[in-house]
Amino acid sequence: MSEKSAAETVSSNSAGDPLVRFVNVQKSYDGEVLVVKDLNLDVERGEFLTMLGPSGSGKTTCLMMLAGFEPATHGEIFLDNQPINNVAPHKRGIGMVFQNYALFPHMSVAENLAFPLEVRSMNSTDRKKRIDRALSMVQLDGFGHRRPAQLSGGQQQRVAVARALVFDPDLVLMDEPLGALDKNLREQMQYEIKHIHEQLGVTVVYVTHDQSEALTMSNRIAVFNDGVVQQLAPPADLYERPENAFVAQFIGENNRLQGVVEEINGDYCTVRVGDGTVIKALVVNIKSKGEQCTLSLRPERVYINPQAGGVENIVQAKVQELIYLGDHIRARMMVCGNDEFIVKVPNSADKSALQEGVEAPIGWLAADCRALAS
Amino acid sequence: MATAAHDLTSNPSAPLIADDGVPLKQKLARTTRRQRIRAFMLTVPLLAFLVITFVFPIGKMLVRSVNNPTVANVLPNFATAIQSWDETSSDYPDEAVFEAFVTDMQAARKVREIGKTVANVGVRVNYEIPGTGSLFKSASRKLAKVEEGPYKEVVLDLHKKWNNPLLWQTLKRVSNENTATFYVAALDRTYDIDGNVVAKKEELQIYVNIFWRTLWLSALITGICLVLAYPVSYLLSVLPLKTSNLLMIMVLLPFWTSLLVRTTAWIAILQSNGIINNILVWANVIGDDSRPQMIYNQTGTIIAMVHILLPFMVLPLFSVMKTIPPSYMRAARSMGGSWAYSFRRIYLPQTLPGVAAGTLLVFILAIGYYITPALVGGQDGLLISNLIAFHVRSSGNWSLAAALGTLLLVVILVLYWLYNKFIGVDNLKFG
Ligand SMILES: Nc1ncnc2c1ncn2[C@@H]1O[C@H](COP(=O)(O)OP(=O)(O)OP(=O)(O)O)[C@@H](O)[C@H]1O
Ligand SMILES: [Mg+2]
Repeated sequence: MSEKSAAETVSSNSAGDPLVRFVNVQKSYDGEVLVVKDLNLDVERGEFLTMLGPSGSGKTTCLMMLAGFEPATHGEIFLDNQPINNVAPHKRGIGMVFQNYALFPHMSVAENLAFPLEVRSMNSTDRKKRIDRALSMVQLDGFGHRRPAQLSGGQQQRVAVARALVFDPDLVLMDEPLGALDKNLREQMQYEIKHIHEQLGVTVVYVTHDQSEALTMSNRIAVFNDGVVQQLAPPADLYERPENAFVAQFIGENNRLQGVVEEINGDYCTVRVGDGTVIKALVVNIKSKGEQCTLSLRPERVYINPQAGGVENIVQAKVQELIYLGDHIRARMMVCGNDEFIVKVPNSADKSALQEGVEAPIGWLAADCRALAS
Repeated sequence: MATAAHDLTSNPSAPLIADDGVPLKQKLARTTRRQRIRAFMLTVPLLAFLVITFVFPIGKMLVRSVNNPTVANVLPNFATAIQSWDETSSDYPDEAVFEAFVTDMQAARKVREIGKTVANVGVRVNYEIPGTGSLFKSASRKLAKVEEGPYKEVVLDLHKKWNNPLLWQTLKRVSNENTATFYVAALDRTYDIDGNVVAKKEELQIYVNIFWRTLWLSALITGICLVLAYPVSYLLSVLPLKTSNLLMIMVLLPFWTSLLVRTTAWIAILQSNGIINNILVWANVIGDDSRPQMIYNQTGTIIAMVHILLPFMVLPLFSVMKTIPPSYMRAARSMGGSWAYSFRRIYLPQTLPGVAAGTLLVFILAIGYYITPALVGGQDGLLISNLIAFHVRSSGNWSLAAALGTLLLVVILVLYWLYNKFIGVDNLKFG
């Protein structure tokens, strides 16, 4: 495997051009429902791009269109600036890792890895070298003679990754490759895949519906819902600056307050929520006064007993329920008529103020409270 | 169960001992004994059924193929006496044997019990030397009045056929109730005058040819079934459930139609004046005077049997293919394998258990098939089971039928053994 770094790849001949481009792609299986609606997405060279979204949002469909197993109903997909709608899957040179691994059960691990090399009529010494290198990359040296059935789930997963990379593709697609693993192993594999990606500089398009997986691994995340990309951004942006109510709700935990825009003042606005309280918030995508909007606020950005003047918004809250989670305590509160309001309280020495049924002032910064059109 | 964990680490090869000192194996056997007895009880009815309807009749068939007591029953003294004759030193037995023959024949005249009459002896000898059947009845009539010897001349003068050493050698052989003669006959062999086993005359040889024909036609039918069933099973396995159910019903339709209805349909379609020929003539593909014969011959047997046995190929193939997720082929293709290459290297090997099961099933069913070739097979479409049926139902030569049946059983067992050796029965997957 040529160990090109991400930077090198980007600066190669077709510098700056995205490796993959979806242009106005639509897909329907039955001629009635559009599963993918007008997808426009560029995947940069060397990038680790994750498609994240709830079940049925069309992630796998996009991947299958890119791999060539499903035709696009409309629009064009470009790979390396070449339209590939009419290119057969085996001529696309795309590596793939499937959720169930799809390791050939009648072949040993080494034979599995040899398959793409045999197809490319590589001679057997080169083949062996490549296979050994790929196996050691996933820390499975000496497992070549085993059958897939003789491997644990995590080992099978590594073989699948090695097999998708052994023929040195520019692009690797992974469809929920860690879905079948338990939590610890999944976290370890996330790290390893990420590491391999950085080491090889290969472009990865990764599908998952586990948001923490997406946040830890990706350069950029495309949040899918209902066949539409809701937001395409680096993980931190996605978390800190969700652009619409769906993304805010889908990524991380989120408190929502419904209200009407009273006044817009540059970057900030004031919103009157359900029970009449007026709250100052950051303008994200609201346009005008009188508009219905959703205020979105992360639970960890809410302070209990804030100092007056320290935060713009202070309201009275009534504690409904406390859930002890070790490092922090989740408090469910009644705030501005919403009794699903969650506050994360660090488990510090002074938490006596919190008791079920007690009323306490809470507050937050206007900058942390995002006003989204609903 | 408390297994002494330290045993595991200290000496892995020593048998594990439970806390009370009883070896673990024994202890396990003891605790599972009740379960095993229960499991056995569940199989008892089926076991009894199989013993009565399968093991017992097959045992009887095996015995009958080497044991035929007719002559010993009807002519008991003669049957014992002739055994002492040494056919290599004299052409005919001595006087004492002939005396026993005459007295036994006279005694047998009075017997009316079916299967124990002189006529039965005639039938038995006739199996060995065709054309001797009536000899014994007339001899019985003529010998009734003979009261004194020398018996040898009297008997040999009865008819010129009695005057033949081969007849007496044959009589000696059939007097012995345990005999290999039926296997000799089933393999198209016979005994010559010196008592050697030799091939029958060309025009009398039938069984070996039909055995070969049966094997060859069964293999051909199996092959055709495989070629037809493989693509259909593949389609069935990838189609959405609703469509595949409909298609499956169509494949299984032959299962649900009565054999006679099916056969009549085949006759209507395939006969010289049938639908296919009429269409071909009408479309000017063939002339009116050159209509091909497609039924009452091998072609008819093949067409009808493929039709009937096809489901037995489709079902195991389908059930294996259903378990192969499409991601295997996709993975192969994404790695650069063309469709054909990926199919050959990845898909086909994974369907082999189904192929093996289907071919074994169809072949074994075909090799013993009886009714269809009997109805549409004509002369050259007959299989070995038709001959077995003929000997059971028409000729009454049950011992020969049993010998043929046993040979068929042996052929199947040998094939099964070969199959197991090369493919492995563990690898079969019937559904
Ligand atoms: N082969 C198919 N035929 C018909 N409809 C399909 C097919 N494959 C997927 N769909 C439909 O397309 C929609 C999107 O499916 P897709 O598999 O792309 O979702 P996904 O985002 O990958 O979901 P998940 O996270 O559950 O894997 C779903 O509503 C699904 O029912
Ligand atoms: Mg999916």
